[in-house]
Amino acid sequence: MRRAHFKFSWIVPLLLAPQLLVIFTFFYWPSAQALYWAFTLEQPWGGGNTWVGWDNFRKVLSDPYYWGSVRVSVIYALATTVLAMGMALTLALFVDRQLAGYRVWRVGIIWPYAVAAPAVGLAFQFVFNPGAGIFSYINTVSPGWWDLSKYPWQAVTAIVIAGAWKQVAYSFIFFLAALQSIPRSLTEAAAMDGARPLRRMLDLQLPLLTPTFFFLLVINITDSFTDSFGIVDTLTGGGPFRATDLMVYKIYSDGFRGLDYSGAAAQSIILMGLVMALTFIQFRYIERRVHYT
Amino acid sequence: MAEIAIRNVAKTYGKTTIMEGVNLTIRNGEFVVILGPSGCGKSTLLRLIAGLEEITAGEIAIAGQVVNDLEPRERGCAMVFQNYALYPHMTVAENIGYALKVAGVPRAERQARVAATATSVGLSDFLDRKPGQLSGGQRQRVAMARAIIREPKVFLFDEPLSNLDAKLRVQMRHEIRRIHTQIKATSVFVTHDQHEGMTLADRLVVMNKGTIEQVGTPDEIYDRPASLYVAGFIGSPAMSFLPGRVDAARQALVLDQGAALPLPRALVQAAAGRLVQAGLRPETLSLTAPGMGQIDARVDFIEELGAERLYHLLVEDLPLSVLSSEKQRPAEGSPIGVAVPLGAVHLFDADTGRRIEPQAAEASVRAMA
Repeated sequence: MRRAHFKFSWIVPLLLAPQLLVIFTFFYWPSAQALYWAFTLEQPWGGGNTWVGWDNFRKVLSDPYYWGSVRVSVIYALATTVLAMGMALTLALFVDRQLAGYRVWRVGIIWPYAVAAPAVGLAFQFVFNPGAGIFSYINTVSPGWWDLSKYPWQAVTAIVIAGAWKQVAYSFIFFLAALQSIPRSLTEAAAMDGARPLRRMLDLQLPLLTPTFFFLLVINITDSFTDSFGIVDTLTGGGPFRATDLMVYKIYSDGFRGLDYSGAAAQSIILMGLVMALTFIQFRYIERRVHYT
Repeated sequence: MAEIAIRNVAKTYGKTTIMEGVNLTIRNGEFVVILGPSGCGKSTLLRLIAGLEEITAGEIAIAGQVVNDLEPRERGCAMVFQNYALYPHMTVAENIGYALKVAGVPRAERQARVAATATSVGLSDFLDRKPGQLSGGQRQRVAMARAIIREPKVFLFDEPLSNLDAKLRVQMRHEIRRIHTQIKATSVFVTHDQHEGMTLADRLVVMNKGTIEQVGTPDEIYDRPASLYVAGFIGSPAMSFLPGRVDAARQALVLDQGAALPLPRALVQAAAGRLVQAGLRPETLSLTAPGMGQIDARVDFIEELGAERLYHLLVEDLPLSVLSSEKQRPAEGSPIGVAVPLGAVHLFDADTGRRIEPQAAEASVRAMA
């Protein structure tokens, strides 16, 4: 890597200042606050915090509900990532082959990304509603079979579908861009070499997509751990029986409904650590298989 | 081993016509070079043969079979692309052997053939490298090897040497010719470089604006260009053109600026009284003292080429070039004479731009009688 060397100038900190200010205000400051709360406990009648060491963490980690939340979060993250990336890749491959109407599809598929998570949750509220939504047709065949406020697995399925639906757009844009950046002559060379479209996809397009694939994997997993609040809040409210009580949602409900700031702060720190660890693992073990060209 | 027949082929994109009425037969085992400036449709013609573009009208037959509706893989052609189009994530060996792998050739046989092919193009030490770790010339060889290993009926080359530096280009030119004499597959080579065309081709096809201007051996095309376009395009330094009229009485071409160039009798008979463009190749002309040659000109500037000099002259305000090994260096603007040998003038009709051929000997004998 070549580096450019510049003389120190006051312009440098000046130009960096706005960005640093934003990061400080919205990341470092809240993170420091969370750290402070995670290791302290507010006195019963207010009036300052006392240092409690790892107590808050011990309490959180010995709570079976918390482990339930971790379990469902992992299921949710894996399921949405696989579903979203699988759908995005399929759609991108079709759009890239410029099948009939691909212009319409391209715009149509990007749209969901512009929709805010709570709005997605709300929209799927109608889709999944056991009495009025599309899924209510199932209930006309077999009354009472579909009710996501009653059956945990249905509730989990619902948030996974809604979450994946929201993620598809983002992955789609990147997959499509990556596919279109594969030189046309490569595809043509493979065609001359006798490879049919499916074979070209497996031997050529997918291997050349691996950098994009890896990037999207990291982003999707991180997003599904940290950005699922809106969907859970509007669609299931964490129920039934805490079945969809994802880690971010639990942080919110423990902290702002249960007013257990310290417990919620400890959970935040754990979630942050978990996401960092996952990202590290992905870079360490999956990136090796990536072909950067 | 295959003959390629191109019959009345046209290609349009929407309302834009890329080429029209192209007819060409490429003989079995022949090395044909399609030559033309960029945008003349030469690459499109190659891609039509390969099956990478669909033919709008007409038909193409390879080895007697019409291939209009066949997929590229069914046509038995191999192609070397301008940017090589190597698979960046595969090693050299995998690149070369990919076609065999797709065809389901067993691994052991595949490896043996890859090794043999790699050796024949001098790549055996690089089989484990990725294309990104190779030099331009090596990538070019991989692209060649990838085409050779399939033992195709037809080789297609799409300006394969244009990304190489001048020295390597000459070397690869010989290499390609050597490989061709070895495997004798019908080859079609597209280029805009006339040196490449002249040195490689059994036959040259000169294209312009989507039509074929002339087909012939390099000699034929150099000696008897069929049109003004071909005459100006082939030959380096390029031919100069001077307008004039053929005067039967004087047995000469009278240039618009007054000079008279004597013409062979057969040519005068063919062109008597017609308005023409006279084409003069710089290497056929020589310099004389002012007033001693057929044409009087002024020196515009002189280009030093080492062994020779290219004299850029002006005949009134029209450019005329003379290639000469004389060491004289007349001052810019000074008058100078140009000697034009009897057979050196190419005549082209001023309206159609087509070449005017001397009348056949017997015809001229009859005319005299």
